Amino acid sequence: MSTLCIAFVIYSATIYTSGTAATHDQRMSDEARHGQQLYQEKNCVACHQFYGLGGYMGPDLTNAISRRGEAVSRAFITAGTASMPNFQLSNDEVTALVEFLRFVDKTGTYPPQDYDVLWTGGVSQEDDPR
Amino acid sequence: MTNDTTHFAGLRFMRLGIAALAAGMLFGVIGGFQFLFPDFLQELLFTKTRPLHVSLVVSWIFLVAIGGIYFYLPRQCNLPLFSAKAANLHFWIFLLTGLAIIGSYLSGRFGGREYFEFHPALSIPIFLTWILFGINYFNTARQDKGPWPVYYWMWGTGIVFFFITYTEAHLWLIPYFRENMVREITVQWKSYGALTGSWNMLVYGTALYLATRISGCEKYARSRLAFGLYFLGLFNLMFGWAHHTYLVPSDTWIRTFAYFVSMTELFIFGKILWDWRASLEDWQKNRHCNAYRFLIAADIWVFVNLGLALLISVPAFNLFTHGTHITVAHAMGSTIGINTMILLASVFYVIREELPSEIHARCSAQIRTGYWIANISLAVFFAALVLAGIGKGAYDGGSFQEMMAGIRPFLFAFSLSGVAMMIGFWIMLWHGFRLLGVVMAPSGVAEPEPA
Ligand code: HEC
Repeated sequence: MSTLCIAFVIYSATIYTSGTAATHDQRMSDEARHGQQLYQEKNCVACHQFYGLGGYMGPDLTNAISRRGEAVSRAFITAGTASMPNFQLSNDEVTALVEFLRFVDKTGTYPPQDYDVLWTGGVSQEDDPR
Repeated sequence: MTNDTTHFAGLRFMRLGIAALAAGMLFGVIGGFQFLFPDFLQELLFTKTRPLHVSLVVSWIFLVAIGGIYFYLPRQCNLPLFSAKAANLHFWIFLLTGLAIIGSYLSGRFGGREYFEFHPALSIPIFLTWILFGINYFNTARQDKGPWPVYYWMWGTGIVFFFITYTEAHLWLIPYFRENMVREITVQWKSYGALTGSWNMLVYGTALYLATRISGCEKYARSRLAFGLYFLGLFNLMFGWAHHTYLVPSDTWIRTFAYFVSMTELFIFGKILWDWRASLEDWQKNRHCNAYRFLIAADIWVFVNLGLALLISVPAFNLFTHGTHITVAHAMGSTIGINTMILLASVFYVIREELPSEIHARCSAQIRTGYWIANISLAVFFAALVLAGIGKGAYDGGSFQEMMAGIRPFLFAFSLSGVAMMIGFWIMLWHGFRLLGVVMAPSGVAEPEPA
């Protein structure tokens, strides 16, 4: 039991540090930080995902910026659609959210585009920044 | 029957839990229809119904599991509560915090992350209640000089790990975590995986307790096998979570290790298959018992859900199922089919033990009807989600609206079976709520209120 607990502590510490050290050295701008906060305050996660995690009513937003362009994201966030509410956001707020999405976009690729399935049932991902 | 009413604290938790589930399912059904008709109930946006649904149904799991512990220890295990006052305080803090959270959702004030969308300040009283509960539990259980049966260990483990993982779920408040997206998501799901593991400890502990009581045989709960499975569960709670984040770019070894750990659950799967015949005999023997019937349903749903979980924990399959409704089938299938069935077993076991049989026999037929409606519609619900998930898994990144239109028939089946399931559960919950009220009535066993 105590071995298990010690292993858990060491394992957790590794995950908090080197296990999730980003391979790209991107600092989060104040703008993006504000966008992240708005993303939580408006509960965008009820409908959207990052890396496939979140609600399913809307599309995954991990690479929304690089796949469909910043203008598309800006338009959706500003006006909403039939199935996405219009949150009546100010121009600054929209910019902050777009900035946050741009930040997320650079952290990786989802869904993976270039991968191999191994005989073990594992997957090796070529477009993975790891 | 004694005049000691300290076990009433547990019953209060159970009744509150029942109310939470009844309301939570209603929000779930509304949310389901908003998926199909985005204009449905515009006043109550999906951003509100989703967290209302999730928080209320998760409260049901915790409330009834906690209620059972507060009830069984003093009432049936000869372990008077260390502090009945603390148990009551726990109840009131839980209730008031819950109301504050519901109020904040209704008014559209968020600020947390998925599953805990409320402002993080509201987590402070939640932490407080778990400290209270932990102190009370361990000081109560300590009176049993041991060796403890496995369910005491499971309950204790569930409490300790809830505390650890709920703390972990708040690390995002520190910029070091929140400013690194990969770390933020990885640690978030590490904590959620273990949090589910911790409530499973509470619920499976309850299942083992009930099975022990109903069979009248203590041997299994003290056997090496039971302890072996407990350690396997703990091992998975600690290290198995990363199958949720195979596609998040953290270090590769984290995913490989999680794949290995997840596959150790094959052992449990194999054991269920192995014990098939013996379980069948047990089922036959206890068929007449309402509480046992729920445990049978839970057994079958464990088999189905574990099978699916093992499959989607293989990265090659996960690649296609991740981020689809198959994950929802897994989450809802387990929380409804397994956790909820076990907790209903606990509710009806208390009723069976506390009330003369002529009182609860009167509504047995209705409970049985509710039981079958709930289980059959859950099967349809589960299948519809898997099919919708396959449809979404085949999505190539083209038009999102076209993909959603393609899986619409399945989402329809999902929403309709959700309504049927809610009705089935409501029938059972109503009787559970009412009969627990009778147990608590001042004159001991009072006349039941008219149904
Ligand atoms: C009620 C559900 C819902 C909520 C809440 C929601 N969205 Fe959406 N969102 C959608 C749907 C559905 C679409 C796709 C609409 C379409 O294709 O017509 C969408 C599309 C988008 C897109 C375009 C993505 C792309 O690549 O085409 C962006 C960007 C976006 N949403 C951002 C946000 C942000 C930011 C928030 C929070 C402020 C948010 N959404 C809240 C449902 C929602």
